[in-house]
Amino acid sequence: MEKKNKSSIVNIKSSIIDDIKSRFEITDIVHRRDNMTFVTCEKQKTIALITHMKTNLGFKHFVLLTAVDWIEDGKFQLTYILNNPKQKLDIAVRTMISREEATMETAHKLWKQIATYQRELKEMFGIDFPGSPRVDENFILEGWNDIPPYRRDFDTKVYAEETFFPRPGRKTNDPAEYMKKNLHK
Amino acid sequence: MKEQKNIFNRQPDRSKYPAKKKNGKLDIDLSSGKFVKLWHGPNHPGVTGNMAIELTLSGDEIVDAKTHVGYLHRGFEKLMERRLWIQCFPTCIRMCVAEPDYNEYLLAKSAEELSGIEVPEMAEWLRTLVLEMARLQSLLRTVPGQAGTLSLGIGVQWGVYLRDLVLDLFEELTGGRVYHMYIIPGGVRGLLPDGFKKRMEEVLGKIDEFVKNIENLMFNNIVFKKRTKGVGYIKPSWVNKYGIVGPNARAAGFKRDVRKDYPYLVYDKLDFDITHETDSDIFARSMIRKKELVLTLDLIRQIMAKMPKKGDIKAQTPNVLHWKIPAGETYVRSESSRGEYGFYTVSDGSTKPRRINLRGPSYTHAVVLLEKLLINANIADVHSIMVSLQTCPPEIER
Repeated sequence: MEKKNKSSIVNIKSSIIDDIKSRFEITDIVHRRDNMTFVTCEKQKTIALITHMKTNLGFKHFVLLTAVDWIEDGKFQLTYILNNPKQKLDIAVRTMISREEATMETAHKLWKQIATYQRELKEMFGIDFPGSPRVDENFILEGWNDIPPYRRDFDTKVYAEETFFPRPGRKTNDPAEYMKKNLHK
Repeated sequence: MKEQKNIFNRQPDRSKYPAKKKNGKLDIDLSSGKFVKLWHGPNHPGVTGNMAIELTLSGDEIVDAKTHVGYLHRGFEKLMERRLWIQCFPTCIRMCVAEPDYNEYLLAKSAEELSGIEVPEMAEWLRTLVLEMARLQSLLRTVPGQAGTLSLGIGVQWGVYLRDLVLDLFEELTGGRVYHMYIIPGGVRGLLPDGFKKRMEEVLGKIDEFVKNIENLMFNNIVFKKRTKGVGYIKPSWVNKYGIVGPNARAAGFKRDVRKDYPYLVYDKLDFDITHETDSDIFARSMIRKKELVLTLDLIRQIMAKMPKKGDIKAQTPNVLHWKIPAGETYVRSESSRGEYGFYTVSDGSTKPRRINLRGPSYTHAVVLLEKLLINANIADVHSIMVSLQTCPPEIER
């Protein structure tokens, strides 16, 4: 019975992947699990793709939106994870955007909570979503003047050393070195 | 004779309500004297954790609400990018103080999935036990906490006492009371101590009594019913639209539970049904959480009865100081007491994670949903509505 369910999920997933592949030219398809797949889509077609998945393919539940900074390639990866509660399937849509011109089309009309994710990404990564509600308002930080802190080129250690007053007599150890020295003699 | 008006049934004067401007924003002119701004939190006994709600009132009715977070931001997701995978464990658990064990489990699960490590069965049983104990101690705060919002404080005192007994068991099993770091990549840190099952059963017996008492204190109490029935109503159509999960979705009639829908650990070997209500108000959400508490007691007893007596508790893993997790990305989820709790993890093949992102239920429940639910609510109900959503600010700001 379990095997039958497993194969039916795989079949449903392949038909969904075939459908979106024929319409949106998705690439880099990675099947992480039977019920979880990652795909990559062009920036211009991403919102159309997730709209299609929501409207026509039953992906009603929006799991999350976040970014990964690939500073070496000069790109941000945006990941939208969508869930189909009926078929119990997850498809994550990745799209790469330029770090220099970090803007993306807003998707706040599809799910209400997306506006919050976009507001956070604007603040933490400096990715703009023009037209997204309250996108320019502070979310977590207040009075922040430095570069967006979740970018890879923002160094938390340097920031802490420059910002906070060191307590006299306090020793600092590099955690990896400390563990090597004391725990694995 | 002139008919006397019942002042308690008086309808609010809607003419005072703010109209919308052309840009969709509310036209609130504080100088008109019709509206008052009131900050509910961050330093307020009636707010859950470190957050604030900026309320705009017309009389005692709320016309606008905005959630403010950031009072507890420590940048955990960023800090983990600088640490070895094993060093991320003591960091990630602090992303949710209420139930830290889910963070340990999800981080371990992500690393195992990306590395292709199979966890021994005994470790899976112990992990399930720890996660259910985490749910139990969380619900012992939340269920009577709802009564506490209506000044039925005795329930909170019972809950705090019993939670402490569960924390004693955690201390015995893991060495820690609140943060445990018991789940590690490949398995868990240890077996059950001698006599643990007996002591667990003693605590569970006391919680059985508590459930009976809380039934009278809350669900058979006319004050509680009057203040919670029909208040904080979530329309079923909002569940997908606002990303509502867990008990809040189940109280609206949605039978969704990660433990059933996407079975992980040994949940497929346990016998249970998804809790379910339909009224979708504060009362229904409280009832769901009480049912969850009873279910958790049952699940812990099942785990204790079905768990193997002995077995391996950890799979072989590389030296954690030099462990390079293969490049790739994954999303893993579990059912916390507040709903779907997941980790999106990216590895670039180095010894440190490239990105770890937490998907916590409060991210939607405490922001967009709470802001929506508070419109037209009475100021006296703000606290009850917020607690009924079981909001946890640390998981919003990570």
